[in-house]
Amino acid sequence: MSVAQQPSATGEYIIYRRRRGVELALLFAACSFGAAGWVLTHLNLHGSLPPNFAFGVGIWYGLALIAHLVVRFRAPYADPLILPAVMLLNGLGLAMIARLDQVRDPVLNDASRQMMWTTIGMSLFVLVLWFLKDHRRLQRFPYLMFISGFVMLLLPLLPGLGRAAGGARIWIKLGPFSFQPAEVAKILLAFAFAAYFYEKKEVLALAGKRFLGIDFPRARDLLPIALMWMLALAIMVFQNDLGTALLFFGLFTVMIYVATQRPAWPILAGLGFAVAGVLAAKFTHHVPRRLGAWLHPFDDFQQSYQIIMAQYGMAWGGLFGRGWGQGRPQVTPLPKDDFIAASLAEEIGLVGLMAIVLLYGIVIARGMKTALICPDGYGKLLAGGLAFTFALQVFAIIGGITRLLPLTGLTTPFMSKGGSSLISNWIIVGILMVISHRARMPQRATATPQELLQPNAMTAVIAK
Amino acid sequence: MNGPLRKVSFFIGLLLTALLLNISWLSVGPSNDLLKDSRNVRVRDAEFATNRGAILVGNDPIAESVAAEGRYPWVRRFPAGPTWSSVTGWYSFSYGRQELESSWNQELSGTASSQTFSRIVDVLAGRQPVGATLNTTLNTNAQKAAVEALGNKKGAAVAIDYTTGEVLALVSTPTYDPNLLTNLDAKVEKEHWNSLLNDENEPLKNRATREIFPPGSTFKLLVAAAAVESGYTPSTEVESPNSYRLPGSSHSIGNSTNCGGEKVTLEKALATSCNTAFGKLGVDLGDEKVRQMAEKFGFNSDPRIDLPATKSVFPTKLDQAQLALSSIGQYEVAATPLQMAMVAGAIANDGKLMRPHLVKTVAGSDLRIIQTVNPEKLGDPINSNTATLMRQMMESVVKDGTGSPAAVNGVTIGGKTGTAQSDPNRPPYAWFVGYATEPHVAIAVFVQDSGIERDDISGGRVAAPIFKSIVEAIK
Repeated sequence: MSVAQQPSATGEYIIYRRRRGVELALLFAACSFGAAGWVLTHLNLHGSLPPNFAFGVGIWYGLALIAHLVVRFRAPYADPLILPAVMLLNGLGLAMIARLDQVRDPVLNDASRQMMWTTIGMSLFVLVLWFLKDHRRLQRFPYLMFISGFVMLLLPLLPGLGRAAGGARIWIKLGPFSFQPAEVAKILLAFAFAAYFYEKKEVLALAGKRFLGIDFPRARDLLPIALMWMLALAIMVFQNDLGTALLFFGLFTVMIYVATQRPAWPILAGLGFAVAGVLAAKFTHHVPRRLGAWLHPFDDFQQSYQIIMAQYGMAWGGLFGRGWGQGRPQVTPLPKDDFIAASLAEEIGLVGLMAIVLLYGIVIARGMKTALICPDGYGKLLAGGLAFTFALQVFAIIGGITRLLPLTGLTTPFMSKGGSSLISNWIIVGILMVISHRARMPQRATATPQELLQPNAMTAVIAK
Repeated sequence: MNGPLRKVSFFIGLLLTALLLNISWLSVGPSNDLLKDSRNVRVRDAEFATNRGAILVGNDPIAESVAAEGRYPWVRRFPAGPTWSSVTGWYSFSYGRQELESSWNQELSGTASSQTFSRIVDVLAGRQPVGATLNTTLNTNAQKAAVEALGNKKGAAVAIDYTTGEVLALVSTPTYDPNLLTNLDAKVEKEHWNSLLNDENEPLKNRATREIFPPGSTFKLLVAAAAVESGYTPSTEVESPNSYRLPGSSHSIGNSTNCGGEKVTLEKALATSCNTAFGKLGVDLGDEKVRQMAEKFGFNSDPRIDLPATKSVFPTKLDQAQLALSSIGQYEVAATPLQMAMVAGAIANDGKLMRPHLVKTVAGSDLRIIQTVNPEKLGDPINSNTATLMRQMMESVVKDGTGSPAAVNGVTIGGKTGTAQSDPNRPPYAWFVGYATEPHVAIAVFVQDSGIERDDISGGRVAAPIFKSIVEAIK
């Protein structure tokens, strides 16, 4: 049996174009959307430019320029589309929060606060690019990362520290700030899973019984997935948070599937999650209420008030929206948080909402592309897993407000009001940029290690 | 690892496609219902901020928006509110809208698709958009006569020009003043609403279109029509015993009038409203024929009038005893006064049933007609020959039968009385259903508590004079 000639043998080099100039032009255009939303709101509502117009616009374009310069010098080969797409989403979120500040008298200052979080998030993005030269350094201490992520995830359950809001107990309160530890746990667990699965992929891929044409893993290898399943169930039951449970379980499943290449894992995980969901629907109060609000919102007008108001708002906005400042998104409760996508849909239309979904699609696609071309397995797992969490999050929250799915308490990445989510998502983008930079660097064309193995060098573990 | 990564990417593609498809669906599917929902405060507030179109009878508004001070620049006024409340309905910030205000809401508020063009022109010209005006088919004299004749009784009257289906009068009594529900002070409005809602006479119910009642002997018109269509003639003799034992049961029905013998002609049986004759006739014809006839006249289907309305019911699955009772308009047969006016109208109109409607034309803010409602035939429940024979029988009901109080000098009138006992503890319902050929109008009058004895003449005694005063008002 002969192995196909690897390109490395030919001495070819793969060189990706850097396209930093394209990134700068796109960044400029992307920033204009948020800035234009802000300016249009003020023109439509007050007939004048925002009072701190020059300052706001200066900071906004300045931040983009700094981010671009850091990328240009520290990660010149990174994907040129990710940063502009993220900047556009962040800008739309900021503009909508600033617009909703205007409905109160006196006007609120949430947008300035969100701008501060954006600045902190982008600073961390810069720090990641500056100090993390190679993402493989994150591979160390997987168990420590796993345990700290795990603890973070369960922190809100501690009495005194945890705080419940809107039925879900996913916040902790530290002095004047409340913060969602799940957002940090998301990053830590992504590192931990990627390292663990990369190391253990052969063992986990070892086939157990074959049933219905699918290789199922051995019973003792089911332990990690069982642990994860219980964790997800605990989050669902004790924190009343279907969304976070879905997110972590999804991250875990995708990574184990990519590492082992066994379809049995996602199948088992899907069944497990379905069982957990049914159990939660049976034995908790929170989940059945959300299910009811999803299927028959009009049966209980008061109970489903928020989702109904959001539906009314999107219908009122129609295909092209009512324009910045001219809708009434404030009628829906929490218009800056979970329902910011509905607020945007009301003012920039369902077409605008589709554009937002497509922008997320670009970020996710570039993330998956990074995973595909990344030469090392750890980077593949990490990039693929992080991109997939974005996808799940966008699907769950936008699907929730458009009534494709029951509503889950997930944030809309880069747009919802709130610091923890924004900061952690900027860190994730930084890591994706680093991986992408490593992946697109000029390098000797090669392939991942396990594909290089000669057939006669196979060990007993790899042989099925 | 690239294989699974590609599959995961494909899966993500599916998720995002599902999102995009769902968003597309939102814009075409549920959006219209969501915008019509009166609880949608965004739409409601925008509506209250626009100059809503008027509803006209002739040149007089029965509902109009006038400039106001306060939260909204306009307030809805109903000149002569109580006379027209069954037609205009109310238009309230907290309690939604009803009748024409509800069924023509999009036109009145200027958001109907037929007004898209003028809306764009208004926006471009910098004008405030204005709602469209409804020109109705109603007749002030007929409406006033019906309201006055019904007085304080609970009841309803519907008058239709049977050649076109144009509604001339539509009244449900007691009426109410819709101006009470347009008070912009929410507290005052709430008080008025509660007192109207808890009024024991239930004025907010529309007995003409949205409440169904047993039609009693007026339903015999449909049984007679089914009989004539199957070969009977007015002079065919039918059995009219003093007591008719319901087939398959131990109960019997008797007559509350003198049928004039054990065997009488069909014409005589209708004129005397002979229960035993029609109970037996219904059983002889079979439930299939009776139901088919009822459904051809519009039972069990939406009346398609341009008001919120409910369908009249002829039950499915009847045994013989139930069929006998149904044939004299008892058991579970139930009809709106509107439906019974349609029955009389189709008979008077040579068997052609016209769609009843109240709005003739819709005019934009520049008085340009943007929509015209043309007469529309709903069907031919009976042929013209049957209709002629039916008219002959109905005219003899008025000439020398139970309907004599409806007679008007110099006008050809046909009709049928009815009394329905729905509950032995309650006074019976009185009905009169009939038509006049000149002016051509079909009228159903219904009185819910006639306050008199339970006998079959009460329909003639209580309801027929109301019919008469409406005809005289139009003459």
